Amino acid sequence: MTITYAVLSEGLEKRFGAVHALRGLDLAVPQGTVCGLLGPNGAGKTTAVRLLATLLRPDAGSARIAGHDLVREAAAVRSRIGVTGQYASVDGDLTGRENLRLFARLHRVRSPAARADDLLERFGLTEAAGRKAATYSGGMRRRLDLAASLVRSPDVLFLDEPTTGLDPASRAGIRQAVLDLRAGGTTVLLTTQYLEEADQLADDIALMDRGRVAHTGSPAELKSLIGSYAEAVVADGAALPRAAAVLDQLTGNEPVFDRERHAVGAASTDPTLTLPRLVRELDAAGVPLLDASLRPPTLDDVFLRLTGEPAQDKERAA
Amino acid sequence: MSAWAYDGLAMTGRQLRRVRNSPGLAILTQMMPINMLLFFGYVFGSALATPGREYRAFLLPGLLVATAAGGVMTGMFQAAADTHRGVMDRFRTLPVSRAAVPLGQAVADLVVTAVGTVPLLLVGLAVGWRIEGSALDAAGAVGLLLLFRFACTCAGIFLGLLTRSEDAAGQLGASSFVLPLLSDAYIPTDRLPGWLRTLAEWNPISAVTTALRDLFGNAPVPRGAAWPVAHPIAGALAWSLALVAVFLPLAVRRYSRGE
Repeated sequence: MTITYAVLSEGLEKRFGAVHALRGLDLAVPQGTVCGLLGPNGAGKTTAVRLLATLLRPDAGSARIAGHDLVREAAAVRSRIGVTGQYASVDGDLTGRENLRLFARLHRVRSPAARADDLLERFGLTEAAGRKAATYSGGMRRRLDLAASLVRSPDVLFLDEPTTGLDPASRAGIRQAVLDLRAGGTTVLLTTQYLEEADQLADDIALMDRGRVAHTGSPAELKSLIGSYAEAVVADGAALPRAAAVLDQLTGNEPVFDRERHAVGAASTDPTLTLPRLVRELDAAGVPLLDASLRPPTLDDVFLRLTGEPAQDKERAA
Repeated sequence: MSAWAYDGLAMTGRQLRRVRNSPGLAILTQMMPINMLLFFGYVFGSALATPGREYRAFLLPGLLVATAAGGVMTGMFQAAADTHRGVMDRFRTLPVSRAAVPLGQAVADLVVTAVGTVPLLLVGLAVGWRIEGSALDAAGAVGLLLLFRFACTCAGIFLGLLTRSEDAAGQLGASSFVLPLLSDAYIPTDRLPGWLRTLAEWNPISAVTTALRDLFGNAPVPRGAAWPVAHPIAGALAWSLALVAVFLPLAVRRYSRGE
């Protein structure tokens, strides 16, 4: 079976004066999947999305979006994509309905008025349809923004921090909308600062660092790269070296001490290491064990280990 | 209908809806020249050698053109705001023909200007201004005025896309008050010292104002003026077309590049 890639880029480069924002972006997103684009500030996420959404022209490299060349067939690409968030905004001076009708008209949708009403209904905006978008709450604005990018069911949707600053109910609604889109065959390229959201929504993660994709894989694959974290808490601080020796032998990794909690732990990439085995080995070595855990890593751990920076991405990258 | 005309029409509709949804700014912009007509017309007019009614008839075409020149500021402000707020980027990601966005803005502005000028003309009629030439000439005057407005808006759109700054547009708005002062919009240029007269008469506002006065029959073409004022209709056309020829392609190019 051949995989069709909705987004396929090779060696995309972009410079802004002295700043080398992208240093060869290779990205392959299979059709009908959700790809989470993560990375610390300044890693080049925004530049990457702006390039792939035809807002910037690459200095080098090539890309195909929904089968069309990004540069030579930019117009065809534009008719197949939807763009949201900081990359593109709705018009605050127009009402929700006027915005959607305008975008539907520009997309050559057959009956723009009917399409606008459908989308307003689907995103719970019918009541607010006649109000200026500038008066919308954060959640409503985000829904209108998403609706605007869906006027002509795009093949590829660029979704920028879709749930940042939203209340839990709105957040769940947007996430469900993303899953529905994927079920309908839309490919989604998602940036987010909530790693737990990427974990939940993304089939694959592309972890960017310094203008390149540093790691790709499913969330599970990325987690297995850094492994689980085995930890033992002992009754007596004097027993810590004995526990550390056991962990060292089991994991092959250097143990890390937390003396205040009388705890010692080590990363493990050995899939045969289970919690019962960990407990048995510690007990057999005579360790006065109070607590033991084998915690699977979170995407936060992955992010921290692979990029050397915490995942918080509150500020907008350049 | 060709793609760019369709898109351009959609974009024109967008701008007109915006004005309808938030008419405040457009109304204030159109009130300004009416205030100036009354203020200048009665305060300055009584101090000038020209009788009051004659001065107000002389002044009205100048105010029409000075207001049209405000298209630089309006166009710039609008384009800067759209860029700054990411609306331009939304349009760039849509399959919209490249010329449609700047053109749509400029055409919508023409419609707003055409409608917004009517109250000024009515107040003008009330204070003594008259169309003293033929209806055809008067229509020509309106045509020249709108062409000049279009040219100024194109220049403004380019500047707005370039600076992306609404603040810069506001600053320019404040300083653009001075530009008509250095023309024959409010005063005849023939009493200015030589070099200043030359400068004022090469101001595009002067050629267009003189052309309007000539076509409305409000004042004769001054003698011994620089070429654009001495041949006001040709001068007004040349200035406006030159501005369009320079700034419309620049605005379209700037919009397409986006960076």
